[in-house]
Amino acid sequence: MIAEAGHALLWIAAVLAILQFAFGGIGVLRNDREFMANTKPVAIAQGVAALLSFLVLIWLFLITDLSVKLVVSNSHSAKPLLYKFAGTWGNHEGSMLLWVMVLAISGGAVALLEKRLSDRTLSATLAAQALISFGFYAFLIFSSNPFERMPTVPLEGLGLNPLLQDPGLAFHPPTLYIGYVGISIAFSIAVGALITKEVDPAFARAMRPWVLGAWIFLTLGIVAGSYWAYYELGWGGWWFWDPVENASLMPWLAATALLHSVTVLATRDGLRAWTIMLAVVAFSMSMVGTFLVRSGILTSVHSFAVDPERGSFILALLTIYIGGALALFALRASSVKEGTQFELFSREGALVANNLLLSAILGIVFVGTLYPLAAEALTGEKLSVGPPYFNAASAPVAIILILIMAAGPLMKWRKDDWKVVGQRLAVPVLVMALALAAFAIMAPNIGILSFLGFVAAIGVGAASIAPLWKRNLRRTPLFTWGMVISHLGIAVAIIGMASEASFTKETLAAMNIGDTRSVGPYSVTLKDVKPVAGPNWTAVEAKLEVRRGDTLIEERPQARMFSSPVTATNEAAIRTHFDGQIYLVIGEEQPDGRWQIRMWWKPLVSLIWAGGIMVALGGLLALLGRIRRRSAVDLLVRKEALA
Amino acid sequence: MPDAQYANTQLSDPAKEAKARELMLTLRCLVCQGQSIADSDADMAGDMRALVRRKIEAGESPDQVRSWLIERYGDWVTYDPSFNSRTAVLWIAPVLFIVLGLFLARGRFRKKAK
Repeated sequence: MIAEAGHALLWIAAVLAILQFAFGGIGVLRNDREFMANTKPVAIAQGVAALLSFLVLIWLFLITDLSVKLVVSNSHSAKPLLYKFAGTWGNHEGSMLLWVMVLAISGGAVALLEKRLSDRTLSATLAAQALISFGFYAFLIFSSNPFERMPTVPLEGLGLNPLLQDPGLAFHPPTLYIGYVGISIAFSIAVGALITKEVDPAFARAMRPWVLGAWIFLTLGIVAGSYWAYYELGWGGWWFWDPVENASLMPWLAATALLHSVTVLATRDGLRAWTIMLAVVAFSMSMVGTFLVRSGILTSVHSFAVDPERGSFILALLTIYIGGALALFALRASSVKEGTQFELFSREGALVANNLLLSAILGIVFVGTLYPLAAEALTGEKLSVGPPYFNAASAPVAIILILIMAAGPLMKWRKDDWKVVGQRLAVPVLVMALALAAFAIMAPNIGILSFLGFVAAIGVGAASIAPLWKRNLRRTPLFTWGMVISHLGIAVAIIGMASEASFTKETLAAMNIGDTRSVGPYSVTLKDVKPVAGPNWTAVEAKLEVRRGDTLIEERPQARMFSSPVTATNEAAIRTHFDGQIYLVIGEEQPDGRWQIRMWWKPLVSLIWAGGIMVALGGLLALLGRIRRRSAVDLLVRKEALA
Repeated sequence: MPDAQYANTQLSDPAKEAKARELMLTLRCLVCQGQSIADSDADMAGDMRALVRRKIEAGESPDQVRSWLIERYGDWVTYDPSFNSRTAVLWIAPVLFIVLGLFLARGRFRKKAK
């Protein structure tokens, strides 16, 4: 009965989505206040229905209901509780339900919280959001039903992929999806404003907090995913330019550009059409990413052709939605004026450059990700596009972008004088020159990209604090703090990346008990190897004595073997020190009885993720700052109205 | 069991090992999903690492090793698409994006004459 309830809730949510679309649509077309007002409760109800349906699925996983096909194929009664819970979305159907739930809840949140948009635009927004939801409900119900029953109830489930049995699974997908799908709000608001022709600064101020909110989660989700891959895969890599990673990076790049262009629109009434376009592109990238990940097309174009139902469904949906939004855009382009023009040398000018370069990187990632698929589909020949291409093509653009990021916040809106900006930039430029000299002398052999990365990041680090100079820090608005911390976070992350790329030390050894090898400033002795067991795995565990100067610590990396399904995983021993991480892995036993031990010393590597978290934290401060200012302004308006 | 000697231990010459490692990071593990042979536990990745190290140790250049592998496994094996008629679009695209972006942005700016 429970599974049927979940299934029924999906249908109810789908019907509510139709209702929401109809109410919103009629409200806008007839300018009918009542219909417009009624769209909101329907949107909230739709969010609640989707949430309940999702909770039902979680419940089925928690109790390991083996009459449900999805639970049987992806769970096991002996699995730790955390992974029964998080395993709910560790599979196609469950993760799509999570996806749709976030979509529905985003719509509900807009209905509940958005007070700035005009009633017409809000209704049009909710109608657009409902239309998207409806398509994905149909996808779930007709081709990916998570609540499908088994014809006969088996004794045990097949278990969850052990690579996913990690706390990362509880955190990474939900965070990523809130950002990934939350950006749908920007899409819907853009579509709504196009329909009602209300593309103006007020619309931008309404859209901004939603973009910020989604962007914060997207940033955290990507950072978490990167760290998870880093410690789980056991080879010390933290970003692979894998299509699945690119699928999350593309919406982030678009959302980052949008975040900056929406500020130009809100502050200076410029970049109207461009902002709309970016909002459409950002969520389009989320849908493209979903298509890439969920259709099976990545494994091979041919495996997609063998079972094309799901892939074709999503492809059809995204064609309709993106095509529809672009058609609407083309139709309305003449009525959306591009807004105020501005001087090249101004804050706006820097933000346009930011948008241009972020979009170029987005384009590079997009082409690089899809090119192999297109080439295979057209010519039948397989080729690979990987890190060498992405680094070579995007890093030069990224370095120019970073330099503009240093200067932009120090420039005035409207028009600035390059001499004055030059004075403001004097100290950061000096710092950068010193960094350049220092690296050229002390580390002449590092790669050119790492070298430029270090120098640019150190300059940006100095410049990003500059907006705070000569300011009363207590009176500096929160969103200025947010910008400073986010930009500083980018600099911190780049220093981590450059350091990891240029100063990592690697030792791959075959060791007998008692052998000692060194890696970076450490010497590592293999003391013992013994078997250990966990709830659903067995493992060999190495006892390693790790010495640096006078300090001695013990590390215990494991090579685990899971029983259901049978899979081997690495549990690397990773220890963070103030100046880097030591990363130890035990591999296989060789025929001669020696053990393969892999060791890395990665100076400052943790700055990559610490910087990423700073970027998200800056976003959070900016969001709080905007909300606070909004309430202050609302209060002022109310007081004036009373007076 | 892959050739353990070179699959999981480094070359004694650090310069050659650095070359080998850089090359391994750009070769696809053919049985994995989106991993290079430097990042994979798969036996085949181990075999390929051993092969790369042995060839580099014997004095072959990374480019020679890459070409040798492409001859056997096709372009699929290299993550570094070389510039040719099939990949031209890939390499021209970034320049195209920037030019297109500048073209679109030019209308946004006020003309110099006030």
